[in-house]
Amino acid sequence: MNIVVLVKQVPDTWAERKLDATDKTLDRASVDVVMNEIDEYAVEEALRIQADQGGEVTIVSMAPDRGVETIRKALSMGADKAVHLSDPALHGSDAVQTSYALAKVLGTLEYDLVIAGSEATDSRMAIMTPLLAERLGQPQLSGARKVTVDGGTVRIERQTDNGYDVVEASTPAIVSVVEKINEPRYPSFKGIMAAKKKPLTTLTLADAGIEADRVGLASAPSQVVEFSNKPPRQAGQIVKDEGDGGVKVAEYLASQKLV
Amino acid sequence: MSEVLVLVDHVEGAPKKVSYELLTLARELGTPSAVVLGKGASAAAEKLAAYGAEKVYVCEAEEIDGFLTGPKAAVLAQLITEKSPVAVLVPSNAEGKEVGARTAVKVGSGIITDAVGLTSDLVAEQPIFGGTVSVKSQVASGVPIIAVRPNSTAPVEAPGAGTVEQVTATFSDSDKAAKVVDRVIESKGGRPALADASVVVSGGRGMGGAENFGIVEALADSLGAAVGASRAATDAGWYPHQNQVGQTGQTVSPQLYIAVGISGAIQHRAGMQTSKTIVAVNKDPEAPIFELADFGLVGDLFTVVPQLTEEIGKRKG
Ligand SMILES: Cc1cc2nc3c(=O)[nH]c(=O)nc-3n(C[C@H](O)[C@H](O)[C@H](O)COP(=O)(O)OP(=O)(O)OC[C@H]3O[C@@H](n4cnc5c(N)ncnc54)[C@H](O)[C@@H]3O)c2cc1C
Ligand SMILES: Nc1ncnc2c1ncn2[C@@H]1O[C@H](COP(=O)(O)O)[C@@H](O)[C@H]1O
Repeated sequence: MNIVVLVKQVPDTWAERKLDATDKTLDRASVDVVMNEIDEYAVEEALRIQADQGGEVTIVSMAPDRGVETIRKALSMGADKAVHLSDPALHGSDAVQTSYALAKVLGTLEYDLVIAGSEATDSRMAIMTPLLAERLGQPQLSGARKVTVDGGTVRIERQTDNGYDVVEASTPAIVSVVEKINEPRYPSFKGIMAAKKKPLTTLTLADAGIEADRVGLASAPSQVVEFSNKPPRQAGQIVKDEGDGGVKVAEYLASQKLV
Repeated sequence: MSEVLVLVDHVEGAPKKVSYELLTLARELGTPSAVVLGKGASAAAEKLAAYGAEKVYVCEAEEIDGFLTGPKAAVLAQLITEKSPVAVLVPSNAEGKEVGARTAVKVGSGIITDAVGLTSDLVAEQPIFGGTVSVKSQVASGVPIIAVRPNSTAPVEAPGAGTVEQVTATFSDSDKAAKVVDRVIESKGGRPALADASVVVSGGRGMGGAENFGIVEALADSLGAAVGASRAATDAGWYPHQNQVGQTGQTVSPQLYIAVGISGAIQHRAGMQTSKTIVAVNKDPEAPIFELADFGLVGDLFTVVPQLTEEIGKRKG
């Protein structure tokens, strides 16, 4: 079972995240970056399936040059190799364009399963797996809290508001996972050393057969017109409980017509 | 005026509130047409007409509930091609975004998610980075597909004709690639879904254990609210994971968010910061949640919250 894991490098939530004033894209240069947290769960799930089924785990990431740091982390967790799509022409690509570019990269690989995170902390769009599935004509199994593989059949439990659905598809399939699925391992010292020697292929647009006019800011199907920084929320009234705290809260809610 | 398609979120023909909100918004953009898909869809027509739907496109093909999102996107894409609407509005929840995304690829459109406002020239307002930056954006190619967050606008009734049109759809093999083999109900339900609720009451580590979540549930029920939880509470197994609010949980933007025994870590805030009114109950006056609370009560939740629930009960009579 060959598995591709899609890993995204994102600004750390703790960092002050900004948009670039000149072209209104995410400022990735001035902030600390980390692996999108849920993607660690995606890597972990791939490694667990591999331990059971054999095959190779390949990391795929589209990111500027410093994306290598995040790719190395995934390799140090235990993935076998990586493909890094990096080209200045990708700057400013939106989700739809990113799915086109990632689909092209996936087209250069042989896989049974693609595993992604359910949502990235920067965009919070949570649409990469449906976009990819639709493009590739492959099944989309999104929001998995459990994945089981049985021959050429993948089955997931998918979280719903009041329980879960069991959804099944044939490989190759595109799966996204939620945080409940497992507990990601920490890279070991040995893993970190080994990661430095693992194969990492860097692709440009041309290498992946990506048409330059279908990616990048200028041709993005969604465009940011303007943005503004919102003043942080102001603290309101703070009241100490004197035995009538519950009543005080109720009075506040009533004053706001919320009850 | 040109048509605006609204993808209706419903449970066996009972539309969720977000559907009425989307119809209300759609009236500002053109003539709203509701698209209702799946089991019981035709039962929704009258209710949707009350909120301005001039047309109600109905498709009850079995495939729609039998497979994940692919068939819904196929119907929506077919309607876009046939009707050339000026825009398509979908709910910005997990399913709405997935259907929207697949549809965008099918018809070659751009998609915007998490819109909280929309101007008549289709510029969407989106809060990003946990609400610290507000972005105005636009779809530049194809028919704009815009996912709008629940609670972005108040639903206002306005009668529409509600003419029902049955849609006959054809599905490709790849639309039917992910088969739903079972639907398991774990919780009894009865409470609104977290993402759509206009009031959310969340409990955190301060609850002290699963057995105490009844305190939060009782308050939620007195307000008709959904129940949320911090990651500390879901990780401890005190409350189901699907109720987690925050960076790695759900994003909520209700009229009222009540945080009980939650410190207000940045990752929790990321999922609730855009709530209209925030109330916090915490015994630690230094808890960061108070920095963004409109009303903060410093006290022990085990006495304050039951008293609050009782007081709300009294006021309701
Ligand atoms: C990458 C990443 C992603 C994360 N994603 C999320 C996420 O999606 N959602 C999320 O919530 N967290 C998330 N977290 C975790 C987050 O950082 C916090 O650890 C978590 O939100 C803390 O939960 P809490 O507020 O319930 O617990 P604590 O921080 O322990 O706070 C408990 C609060 O309860 C108060 N309290 C205790 N007893 C009482 C009492 N009797 N009466 C009144 N008050 C009382 C205490 O004063 C304290 O302020 C994430 C963390 C990381 C690193
Ligand atoms: N540039 C990228 N490179 C690799 N994977 C990505 C990229 N963007 C998104 N993904 C994957 O898609 C998931 C969802 O991202 P998003 O739709 O942006 O919320 C992430 O958790 C990643 O697994």
